[in-house]
Amino acid sequence: MTPVRYRIPLPALAAASLVLVSLALALVFFVAPNDVNQGFSQRIFYFHVSIAFTAYACFAVGAWKALRYLWKGDPRSDLESYVAVHQGVIFGTAVLLTGSIWAKISWGHWWLWGEDELVLFLVLFLFYCAYFMLRFSVDPGPQRANFSAVYALFGVVLIPVSFLAIRIAKSFVHPQVFTLHGPNFGGWILATYCVAQAALLVFAYTLYRVELAGKRLDLRLRELRLA
Amino acid sequence: MTYFGDVGALARKDLLLELRARDTLPAMLLFVVATFVVFHFSLPSHSSQLAASGLLWVAIIFTALLGLGRAFVPEREQRVLDGLVLAPCDRSAIWLAKAIATLAFLVAAEVVALPVFALFFHGLSGATVAGVVLADVGICAVGTFLGAMAVATRARDLLLPLLFLPLAIPIVVGGVGASVAAAPSRYLGFLALYDVLFGVLCWATFEYVVAEAQ
Repeated sequence: MTPVRYRIPLPALAAASLVLVSLALALVFFVAPNDVNQGFSQRIFYFHVSIAFTAYACFAVGAWKALRYLWKGDPRSDLESYVAVHQGVIFGTAVLLTGSIWAKISWGHWWLWGEDELVLFLVLFLFYCAYFMLRFSVDPGPQRANFSAVYALFGVVLIPVSFLAIRIAKSFVHPQVFTLHGPNFGGWILATYCVAQAALLVFAYTLYRVELAGKRLDLRLRELRLA
Repeated sequence: MTYFGDVGALARKDLLLELRARDTLPAMLLFVVATFVVFHFSLPSHSSQLAASGLLWVAIIFTALLGLGRAFVPEREQRVLDGLVLAPCDRSAIWLAKAIATLAFLVAAEVVALPVFALFFHGLSGATVAGVVLADVGICAVGTFLGAMAVATRARDLLLPLLFLPLAIPIVVGGVGASVAAAPSRYLGFLALYDVLFGVLCWATFEYVVAEAQ
């Protein structure tokens, strides 16, 4: 039997994410001021940046669980790592979409190779799509868990390396929102961003828990069928 | 035997095999030269030297992929890997030896390919050659590692390019930068950083790739 660990119950999490996402939507559309240069379209920033950060967080959790798997050999960590990477790819797709829309409105093109964050996400997207190819061409078992874990670890090294590569290679047109001197905005914009960020993180965690519960149920069912 | 003794013996085995069977190297050579000819015709005439420099890196990556795809095939077909895993040597030695052997093939292919490139397109700068050498180390370190994984999957040859190309993008960025930039030193530094980071990561985690290989 698995050791009992205290976890927030899933319905409470779902309710919390519903409240936070609604609050974030209300703040984004009714409270946050219009951007001086970009006008209404700039409001996609609250989603784009929060989703991007959430995707990175998912990949980081995936790598952390992968490390735990290699360390402790617990098959549950393998499943958790997979689910986190899966959520990361879903949020990564959303980053590519929102980024493209924003680029089209702000700069007139759907895709700009000069935009570091988009290119980085494309590289990561390709990388993590290959993760699924790898995972699903190995039979379930310790070998698949090992391969997935090692590949997920490659991901966290690839993120900073690609970022550096793209930074040194390309001109710089992406708006730099966070600098070394802290975020260069304040007041309602910062508050809205923080709420949107919290909402998406809680939402991602809820999705992660739902998928994990489903996958565990599936595994348990298979075991019972075989028994 | 010491760690490096193991590595030396394993690398020697691969080089001897290649010397006797001549499976991989002639294929890589022919491929890279054919690729240059294809590139010549795919570039519009009077296109810039910059475009040709970029194509050199495409040719190198794909030639390396050709060699890397073959790297662990003998181990799998003849079930050598089972023996190696049972042998009382550190498992990372298997990776290091294979990476060194693949590096030797790639460098041998490039010893021919780079002069051919200089002949067909335009001359080579010292920075390009330095970039190629640094990139080769990274390509072979990461590629050998992924090759060992890919050959153990159902998809086999299909999977290696999918796993390898996203990880090779930083190498291409650094390599092309070293070839075309006015100040190539920071691109070379970046390639060296890539080699060190991924070299250490592969060395530390290879054990898990060959554990319970069957």
